[in-house]
Amino acid sequence: MSAWFKSWRSAVILAAALMMASAPLPAVAVQPDEVLADTALEERARDISAGLRCVVCRNESIDQSNAEIARDLRLLVRERLVAGDSDDDVMRYIVERYGEYVLMRPTMTGSNILLWLAPLALILAGGGLSLAYIRRRAGAQAPAEAALSPEEEARLQAILKE
Amino acid sequence: MTTELGHFALILAFMVSIFQMIVPLVGAHRGNSAWMAVADPAAATQFFLTAFSFAVLTWAFVTSDFSLNLVTANSHTDKPMLYKITGVWGNHEGSLLLWVLILTLFGACASWFGGNLPPTLKARVLAVQSSVAAAFFAFILFTSNPFTRLAVPPMNGQDLNPLLQDPGLAFHPPFLYLGYVGLSMAFSFAVAALIEGRVDAAWGRWVRPWTLAAWLFLTIGIGLGSWWAYYELGWGGFWFWDPVENASLMPWLIAAALLHSAIVVEKREALKSWTILLAILAFGFSLIGTFIVRSGVLTSVHAFANDPERGVFILMILCFFMGGALLLFALRAGAMEAKGVFSTISRESGLVLNNLLLAVSTFVVFIGTIWPLVIEMFTDRTVSVGPPFFNMAFTPFALAMAVAMPLGGMLAWKRAKIDRAVMQLIPALFLAIAAGLLVWAVYSGRSALAPLGIALSVWLVAGSLLDLWSRTGRGALAGRFGRLWRLPRADWGKATAHAGVGLTMFGVAALTGYQLEDIRVAEPGQPYQVGAYEIELLSVAQNVQGPNYISTMAHVAVRDGQGRQIALLHPEKRIYPVAGMPTTEAGIDSGWTRDVYLALGDPQPSGGWALRTWIKPFANWIWGGTIIMALGGLLSLSDRRYRVAAGAAKAPGAPAREVPAE
Repeated sequence: MSAWFKSWRSAVILAAALMMASAPLPAVAVQPDEVLADTALEERARDISAGLRCVVCRNESIDQSNAEIARDLRLLVRERLVAGDSDDDVMRYIVERYGEYVLMRPTMTGSNILLWLAPLALILAGGGLSLAYIRRRAGAQAPAEAALSPEEEARLQAILKE
Repeated sequence: MTTELGHFALILAFMVSIFQMIVPLVGAHRGNSAWMAVADPAAATQFFLTAFSFAVLTWAFVTSDFSLNLVTANSHTDKPMLYKITGVWGNHEGSLLLWVLILTLFGACASWFGGNLPPTLKARVLAVQSSVAAAFFAFILFTSNPFTRLAVPPMNGQDLNPLLQDPGLAFHPPFLYLGYVGLSMAFSFAVAALIEGRVDAAWGRWVRPWTLAAWLFLTIGIGLGSWWAYYELGWGGFWFWDPVENASLMPWLIAAALLHSAIVVEKREALKSWTILLAILAFGFSLIGTFIVRSGVLTSVHAFANDPERGVFILMILCFFMGGALLLFALRAGAMEAKGVFSTISRESGLVLNNLLLAVSTFVVFIGTIWPLVIEMFTDRTVSVGPPFFNMAFTPFALAMAVAMPLGGMLAWKRAKIDRAVMQLIPALFLAIAAGLLVWAVYSGRSALAPLGIALSVWLVAGSLLDLWSRTGRGALAGRFGRLWRLPRADWGKATAHAGVGLTMFGVAALTGYQLEDIRVAEPGQPYQVGAYEIELLSVAQNVQGPNYISTMAHVAVRDGQGRQIALLHPEKRIYPVAGMPTTEAGIDSGWTRDVYLALGDPQPSGGWALRTWIKPFANWIWGGTIIMALGGLLSLSDRRYRVAAGAAKAPGAPAREVPAE
């Protein structure tokens, strides 16, 4: 009963918000009327929203964005969660409609595997090279003193005499 | 009329830069000292001409000369004077003019303060520096002329992007540019050394102050940008992994690697070719940053005035300088043989690890940043790479650096004992573990990362202090304190900068792990509780008139547990009618241990206002740490050995090197 009332109420508020949308005032991301009463569910909704990109914004998640479409998506996410979807289900649902572009965290599929492997591959390659370099330096003979040019030798003597 | 003079000065500066690019280089090749010496007056002339041109443009903004296209598009008579001036670089053309102004300033400084450089090296450095300037002069004159006139000047301008009308962002670009462009000096030194075919300890000493200065400005610039994002974007984030932010982070990381590897060149004559490569890459990443921001290929919150033609031009500049320098590197780097020998456990190895972590993390950020472009180019997918990827990929590197930093800093040159370093750090280790456990026990945050971050930050700060203390030797306490003050500034700089990293890490860990958020409809006169604070919306004033905006301003009381008022905050929503753009102004009560952060939302149909409240623990420590890092850079820069080296030129034969600051 109360859930029904709540969703009805939020529908009214949504309609009111849409009517006010002509006014150019910015909304500050998540609105109070969007927040779910169930805190566990709301927390999941926030996590999911932070991972979804607002398609009309520049590099903002729907959780941060003030755009109308971001709000619609936030409401959609919550709607799916209330309907009993798992986090993965919700993500899949959104990606099916808006494409994988909305995923802030790229999937580990296809060519994206390269992206995810890059840090490990780079540190292994770099680490190997560094280790080889250190080994070589540790094994090298010091050319040091013998390699002084006559000029430098003279200057060294001058310094030592001071 | 003055406008045309400014334009003319810019063209003259372009001519001088071409002259300075060729003549000293030929002179250095032929050993003609007159041809080499011409670089000095040319560098100064170039700077003064550009400065004149910049002053003319600034004057046009100050006097609101709307016959200039640029002023019309980015200014307005109602705009406060501060933003009229900062509006000069709040746009593409003007910011490029600022870029070359700083570039020529660095060139002139190299000429004025480079008295101790060998004449051929100096001539080559100035010539290379001038070639970069020539490329950017051409870029400005051919694609982005700031002095374009309008045939029919309008009555008033279109105003500056309101987001840029803010003290934090007003001074963010100049600092960032000082950093970006400062790295051009390291680049010029690297290319000059490659042409010269000689890299020695002296080269390491000469290149380090420039890198240090560039790094220190970048640190301040990034800090300012992050601080601005925190209070201006309306929800208190401090880092977004936005392409433009990454564009500044990459040169910063590489510059940090470079200023460490230059120490190895200076003190131990090892890592030479690697240091040259880093110097080239550091400026390369600066150019990539410029390309990302100016071309707008990667959409971002702050890219403005972008245009494909300009993007292509910068890409050509990037390809020319990187391609040329790397080719030269491939041909010549083999000749740079290392002299220093060191064992596997030594300060040198520690610095190699530092370079490895910094360089790899830079490339990870780079790959993540350009990945959407790469994927779009080679497949039919469109993907985003957002904060979740960067947090996952970058955090391990940050943690590894934090673990290694105090240890590496404690190791002796050439041959060290790891157990000795660990023994000296045992107090820091205990403090760190205690702090981590305490935080973990008291708060049940969602992530185990936060206690770990806090433990590591304590490890860093305590480790830096112990490092400094260990340098005072043994004996009576009084004697050690006396020696502490007499330690070289470089030692103080190192400890300060490393501690600054720890403080920033502390702020980041505390803020991300333990911030509280509250979103609700606040009714005027009905207080509510958020964490330990009581928040009450007192009233909301509408249509408050600002100089060039209209504001909706809330008055909110913040009270502590006993009901005493500790702050009266005024979160605002502004509308800039000329630009037709709304902005939010958060109401923040800053403190040592927490910020109370308020953002005002919309009025609700049921009465009341949407109001968001955050309690952000230790937020200020993030930027405080940044300032401390920059201060460390400044201390290091003022070290005696750089000043001594400058004086040494006048007394040949005197030992230029004092006892290494070890």
